Amino acid sequence: MSTPLLSTSSTSATAVGTVHRLGSVDQVPVGEGRAFAVDGRQIAVFRLRSGAVHAVQARCPHKGGPLADGQIDGSIVLCPLHMNAYELATGCSTTGQPALAGYTVAVEDGELVLTVPG
Amino acid sequence: MTTLQERPDTDTEPLDTRRRLVVIGNGMAGARTVEEILERGEALQFRITMFGDEPYGNYNRIMLSHVLSGEETDADIFLNTLPWYEENQITLHAGVRVTRVDRFAKIVYGSDGSATDYDTLIFATGSYSFMPAIEGLRTDDGELLPGVFAFRTIDDTRRMVEYAQHDEHRRAVVIGGGLLGLEAARGLQTHGLVVDVVHAGAHLMNAQMGPQGGDILRQSVEKLGIEVHLKARTTAIIGEDRVRGVWLLDHPQLECDMVVVAAGIRPNVDVALTSGFTVERAIVVDDYMRTVDDPDVYAVGECVQHRGEVYGLVAPLWEQAVVLADQITGVDTSSAYLGSRTATKLKVAGVEVASMGVLGPEREGDEHIVFSEPTKGIYKSIVIRDDKLVGATVLGDTSKVAFLMQAFDRGLPLPDERVEMMFNLGSPTAEVGAAELADDAQVCNCNGVTKGHLVACVESGVKSVAGVMDKTRAGKGCGSCKTMVCQIVEWAAGGAVVEDPSANWYVPGVPMDKPALMVAIREQGLRSVSSVFAALAPEGAEDAKSKMGLASLLKMMWADQYIDEKDAKFINDRVHANIQKDGTFSVVPQMKGGVTTPDQLRRIADVAEKWNIPLVKLTGGQRIDLLGVRKEDLPKVWADLDMPSGYAYGKSFRTVKTCVGKDFCRFGVGDSTQLGIDIESRFQGIESPAKLKLAVSGCPRNCAESLVKDIGIVAIEGGRWEVYIGGAAGAHIRKGDLLATVDDPETAKTLTGRFMQYYRENAKWLERTYAFVPRVGLDFLKEVIVQDSLGIAADLDARIQEAVDAYSDPWKEGAAPATPGQFRSSLPLEVLPQVPVR
Repeated sequence: MSTPLLSTSSTSATAVGTVHRLGSVDQVPVGEGRAFAVDGRQIAVFRLRSGAVHAVQARCPHKGGPLADGQIDGSIVLCPLHMNAYELATGCSTTGQPALAGYTVAVEDGELVLTVPG
Repeated sequence: MTTLQERPDTDTEPLDTRRRLVVIGNGMAGARTVEEILERGEALQFRITMFGDEPYGNYNRIMLSHVLSGEETDADIFLNTLPWYEENQITLHAGVRVTRVDRFAKIVYGSDGSATDYDTLIFATGSYSFMPAIEGLRTDDGELLPGVFAFRTIDDTRRMVEYAQHDEHRRAVVIGGGLLGLEAARGLQTHGLVVDVVHAGAHLMNAQMGPQGGDILRQSVEKLGIEVHLKARTTAIIGEDRVRGVWLLDHPQLECDMVVVAAGIRPNVDVALTSGFTVERAIVVDDYMRTVDDPDVYAVGECVQHRGEVYGLVAPLWEQAVVLADQITGVDTSSAYLGSRTATKLKVAGVEVASMGVLGPEREGDEHIVFSEPTKGIYKSIVIRDDKLVGATVLGDTSKVAFLMQAFDRGLPLPDERVEMMFNLGSPTAEVGAAELADDAQVCNCNGVTKGHLVACVESGVKSVAGVMDKTRAGKGCGSCKTMVCQIVEWAAGGAVVEDPSANWYVPGVPMDKPALMVAIREQGLRSVSSVFAALAPEGAEDAKSKMGLASLLKMMWADQYIDEKDAKFINDRVHANIQKDGTFSVVPQMKGGVTTPDQLRRIADVAEKWNIPLVKLTGGQRIDLLGVRKEDLPKVWADLDMPSGYAYGKSFRTVKTCVGKDFCRFGVGDSTQLGIDIESRFQGIESPAKLKLAVSGCPRNCAESLVKDIGIVAIEGGRWEVYIGGAAGAHIRKGDLLATVDDPETAKTLTGRFMQYYRENAKWLERTYAFVPRVGLDFLKEVIVQDSLGIAADLDARIQEAVDAYSDPWKEGAAPATPGQFRSSLPLEVLPQVPVR
């Protein structure tokens, strides 16, 4: 890789998993997604126009498309390769694909806070 | 409930203020109307009561022939079973016949002695089987002689099956050689009976086809072992206790054990008639499906006469139900029924039959085209009037039926080569009709969707073509299979295809067609995609699938005043490069007219080496493609190339392919290279509803393949140029149509821009010119673009000029990203590239 994905550091752990602070929410432009490498996983974080944030696995289960490059609306992300659609909130596909792994993400003090289970 | 609403008497029900809606008839029309009302979410207005003559829920009468033949069980054909009525709080009086309506007191009287009040009433009484006066048809007490059947209800069908399966019963006679009669004959055959069809007309199915088609149908039917007696009148049915045979006029006695009467249907109008409603051939209604006698009483379906027409098919009934529901709920009081063009597509006794409009030429000037191949049972007859399809009959080969029905329904312009309407010339995928296709036959070759997948999706309840395409991904690749997908869905849904309301919308998330959307955008000054959603989408909801189309439209409409929101764009347009299967990108520098220089080549070579570009390849459009570039390297690759973008990624004008033309070629008669360069310089980067690929050829040998381009220009002898539009050589192959022959390259350039702008403003999103040109019609385009019949040519020229002036090279963005992380990798951490390195 000529440019690594943004690396992150773990700051605290709770019962539900490891909490990661990914840095400023402004890394993700409104209405778009960006990919993060967290604990060896690749996670796409999306920032909706409503202000909500969602995090799902970064790789489309269909043919490995980069979901962070996909287009979103208030509820779904479309994989840019073959337009498979997934619900951001649940990870479920509306086009017959396996579901995505979903992660808990929130914005605290302008920072993205992601919880990785386990 | 507050105490005020409680009534002190024994009636503990709270006061029900809903309007009382009574529907007489629980068949396809009545139930469908109620479904339409429920769908509008307005059922709360009504307390609904339905009366059904038959003691069941509502079933699909069209499928009765399948029940008779054993292809379906009677349980399979129910549309709404009894619990459906309960769930929707509809009171169903099944098995109760309405005897009278007192329209002044607004009461409906039932055969069970009941009296039901109504505020609004709907007649949906349908039809009954017509029983001709035949001696011996009935016993003394008025019942049908045992062994004689009508073929109308589920009970009729059950009794026929039972009777046919009786060991002693060997022969059946079907009276009536129409659609229903032939279906009955075929169905009885499956129970091992020998069947004769007795038809009074001179040929079979005379309501749907002319003598020639009828003759071929007879041959096909006889090949199945069904004997057909034409011009045969049944004079008597023989048998004391049960059927023993029939007498025909001028024909010896036909021995048989059962008789099925399928001699047509008559509207059920008794109740309406005796209750004082205007009945001519059927109950007379206006365009709002309202009886002419009483504004609170409506009628729908086969019992209705609208503008003199009585329909006996399912499609008109549905159109009527929609209007009636719009009216009765007040959801759309402007909704009106204006009559139906009826087209049928059926498998009659194992033979594919489609029929629409007039049966043969009727007026002077009607074109009548007939193809007949009796040995194969194939017959096709098409009637054209004023370049519109006004009638067609197709037997045995229904591969073109989807097209014909569309052309008939919508009055589409027809191809000059009429034979194209009868046969698929050179497009093998649609040659096989939907019915014949094997279940595992792959229909969508891009997404690997089989006929079986599509059928399963329809059977799971998705009844619109768009819905099935969404669910299965069929037709979402190159799109070349869409016609076939359409045909299969129509076939699988058995005529129950739901018109998808969004079919005419420009994008799925905003319920407007393109002209209406453009007006709204202009009126409200909407300059960004998010503002369009906020102002025009239902509940202001964003829709991911709509963003790209809206972004393109807004850019076209507002040029440099467009507010560019990155998230509205597809990834290709966000990073100005074409995403590949492994998430890397391909970079194509501009190379106008396919002309390059040693300096450019050297630079491209250096860049390829410096950035480890795994594959350098020539494109089909005469340019150099650098494949396998990582997203994060894009800005640096552009900077090192220091050439403008070649637009190999967008829904936009892309390239102009050229040949060397007259400067070098022995045959060249025009400077195609120069014209190609000029056109590419002028229109670089212009957005359009779909990609635009152009070419200029220096002579009619067409080395640049101009005849299969969206716009192709060909130099011809005498210094003139031909301009072709609507060609394609991709998923679809189509030779372009000659728009004009012009005297100089300048005019060719002007027409190119004018056509481009007209296409930009009028094409549907993602509609390539090969679909747009035939849809709009070549003659019309010639008038508008060449002859300026609408007087808009100068405006089109001005607006394309605006777009040209608004151009800026997107690769300049490389120097300063438009958004944070615009070029940050979104790839999973994998070894790249995954595309092959040669």
